[in-house]
Amino acid sequence: MSGLKNWKELTPGAVIEEAGNAAKYETGGWRTYRPVLDEKKCIHCLNCWISCPDTAIIVRDEKMTGFDYDHCKGCGVCADVCPKKVQAISMEQEGK
Amino acid sequence: MSKLTLKELSKQEELLSGGHRLCAGCGASIIVRQILLAAEDPVVVTSATGCLEVATTIFPYTAWKVPFFHSAFENSAATASGVEAMYQSLKKQGKIKEKIKFIAFGGDGGTYDIGFQSLSGALERGHDFTYICYDNGAYMNTGIQRSSSTPIGAATTTSPAGKVVPGKMQHRKNLTKIVEAHNIPYLAQASPSKPMDLMKKVRKALATEGPCFLNIVSPCNRGWRSALDGAIRESQLAVDTCFWPLYEVEEGKVKITFKPKEKKPIEEWLKVQGRFKHLFKPENGWIIEKMQKRIDHDWEKLLARHEADQPVKE
Amino acid sequence: MGQRVAMTGNIAMANAMRQINPDVCAAYPITPSTEIMQQFSSFVADGLVKTVLVPAESEHSAMSACIGAAAAGGRVMTATSSQGLALMWEMLFIAAGNRLPIVLAMANRALSAPINIHGDTSDAMGARDSGWIQIFSENGQEAYDNLIQAVRIAEHLDIRLPVMVGMDGFIISHSIESMELLDDEKVRDFVGEYTPSRPLLDIQHPRTYGPLDLQDYYIEHKRQEYEAMKNAKSVILEVAKDFSNRFGREYGLFEAYHLDDAEVAIVVLNSAAGTVKTVIEELRADGVKAGLLKPRVFRPFPAEEIAAALSGVKAVCVMDRADGVNAVGGPLFPEFRSALYDATPRPMIINKVFGLGGRDLGLHHVREVFAELGKIAETGKIETLAEYITVRN
Repeated sequence: MSGLKNWKELTPGAVIEEAGNAAKYETGGWRTYRPVLDEKKCIHCLNCWISCPDTAIIVRDEKMTGFDYDHCKGCGVCADVCPKKVQAISMEQEGK
Repeated sequence: MSKLTLKELSKQEELLSGGHRLCAGCGASIIVRQILLAAEDPVVVTSATGCLEVATTIFPYTAWKVPFFHSAFENSAATASGVEAMYQSLKKQGKIKEKIKFIAFGGDGGTYDIGFQSLSGALERGHDFTYICYDNGAYMNTGIQRSSSTPIGAATTTSPAGKVVPGKMQHRKNLTKIVEAHNIPYLAQASPSKPMDLMKKVRKALATEGPCFLNIVSPCNRGWRSALDGAIRESQLAVDTCFWPLYEVEEGKVKITFKPKEKKPIEEWLKVQGRFKHLFKPENGWIIEKMQKRIDHDWEKLLARHEADQPVKE
Repeated sequence: MGQRVAMTGNIAMANAMRQINPDVCAAYPITPSTEIMQQFSSFVADGLVKTVLVPAESEHSAMSACIGAAAAGGRVMTATSSQGLALMWEMLFIAAGNRLPIVLAMANRALSAPINIHGDTSDAMGARDSGWIQIFSENGQEAYDNLIQAVRIAEHLDIRLPVMVGMDGFIISHSIESMELLDDEKVRDFVGEYTPSRPLLDIQHPRTYGPLDLQDYYIEHKRQEYEAMKNAKSVILEVAKDFSNRFGREYGLFEAYHLDDAEVAIVVLNSAAGTVKTVIEELRADGVKAGLLKPRVFRPFPAEEIAAALSGVKAVCVMDRADGVNAVGGPLFPEFRSALYDATPRPMIINKVFGLGGRDLGLHHVREVFAELGKIAETGKIETLAEYITVRN
């Protein structure tokens, strides 16, 4: 367990001082399927963004621009909520 | 108050980071993200022990970008009481200037069951906080044991569908109605499949002085034995079958905030979940009937209250 | 100096709380400590304190609210007894593990079953391994003085552990005694301003309290807690010294009464020490070298100091007003016996469980114990290692 802090170096009471540092922990490796965006089809309704359990939809200037693959677990909720007429997100098997 | 549109909200900082370890496709984190996005003032969060807490705060990591406090399973509301009381004390003394809002989270286990007394006490004492139950209908964190929110007929690890007993044999408790009996200023049911409705309710609750309560249906693909990508579909089916009506009670007046165009039969919701699979055997059909009857009865009553409580049009 | 008053232990504790003036108090009534919060509630209602009161719906919620409030960033106090402390049990460990300086006023009472409302220390003994500092008091004056000191001890930055201060239920909580109440301002100066450490309400620095702490770190956090408890011994003495400099009453880790030259000695907590002192006076008049060790601080357990104080005594009886029901004696016994393992010369040591559920300890009982100790000292033989007394056989 090298690299882990010893008891003198830790904040008392197990308080975590660094807000949101879970972002450093990558859960992308959990994926068996990955979401893929067809930018031409996307209407930027942001349904995928508001429904993502992993804060893994990247939105810039009100536009859906892609996925945070470091954290996306590949659940496919984004593809499911993408409007049926649009279908801008598809799920593709990892490693293919 | 900033405009409540997805485009506007997408410019805000996300207050629940990625990298938490909730299951892929979890409903709880969708709900939490929507709530934190809707909140306008700074919030301090307490949480009951449960999936949400353990998976978002594995030392030395935290997914929370707001102050977060967890201590035990049954006391999210009591803990929030203490935090809020200290805020009132320090504010009165001039030691805190900011406006801070308080949110207490609990699953159905931590809210309907073991935390029920602490919730009731905090509501009665009138603390200025919003309690949010993410209701996935069983103790999912310990491995899918039945709770008093588990729907009738559902197979859980402590109400399995066996040769003699076909799953849970009792109707679920209607906690939203029990909470209403506390005469708090605002309470509502919501679903992550209707994010605008959910977020409007969050804003209303946080803007209301005194205790508020939101009960939110929270799909759990592990416990519901359902599709990995089904959280939004399934929570919407819960709404469309009127298993989970979207409504609010403001100062005692009921308002249905989303009426399905066509009320779907409960089978539509049951058949997408493996926990209800056994109910489709002919000998268990009576359970579906019983469930449907209860849903119809409750929905009719709710509609009647909604009608009676609407302002008369001039 | 302060004011000479006649009041019960409970009212004295409530007055200490008024003078400490905490930011939040969360509590639930339970006999015999009810009166503390009752009296304190009237201080709140009359605007004599700035405290926000949380009249919780149970002790579990009361301690949960105390924990939330303390983490939020202010001074927090509560009071309880017996079943109330038992219901708080889960949360006691969390208060300590989160390093929150909550102070609890406790009127010690027996635990059910059978239900009994009177004084014994079963409640506190159930919490002895919870990570709380435990301080005990012989009378109302000590309870009052200890509660005031507890605030400073709990809040010390080397410690940041919760503290419970006990006194015997009814025997002290409800008996009126003549005591000194310090001046409000002097108490305020003594406890000082509260400095929050990592407050939850500091929204500029969002912190996470209560994470899931697995194999990688849990033991490091417990090691820190152990260190804090070790530090507590010297801080308790430091605070006591400042208290005695300001107010004249002296406190240590325990009170040694005629112990210097004692050949036989009793160890006993709380009010029973008063009864033992009376008998010691009698025996001393008859030339018997009898003494008393009255523990004030039970957590941290001052094992070395106890060994030093009791070494040279020929026979010691540890008297427990609680039974751990382990079939070899009350809860103080194994700890004192263990501490004396390193004493040279090592005293002979026996145990008596007495006074459970408020059963009176008479002077004659104490005389009998000393007589037995005398015999052990003379013969070097122990006939009965541990037994119940004050019981019908």
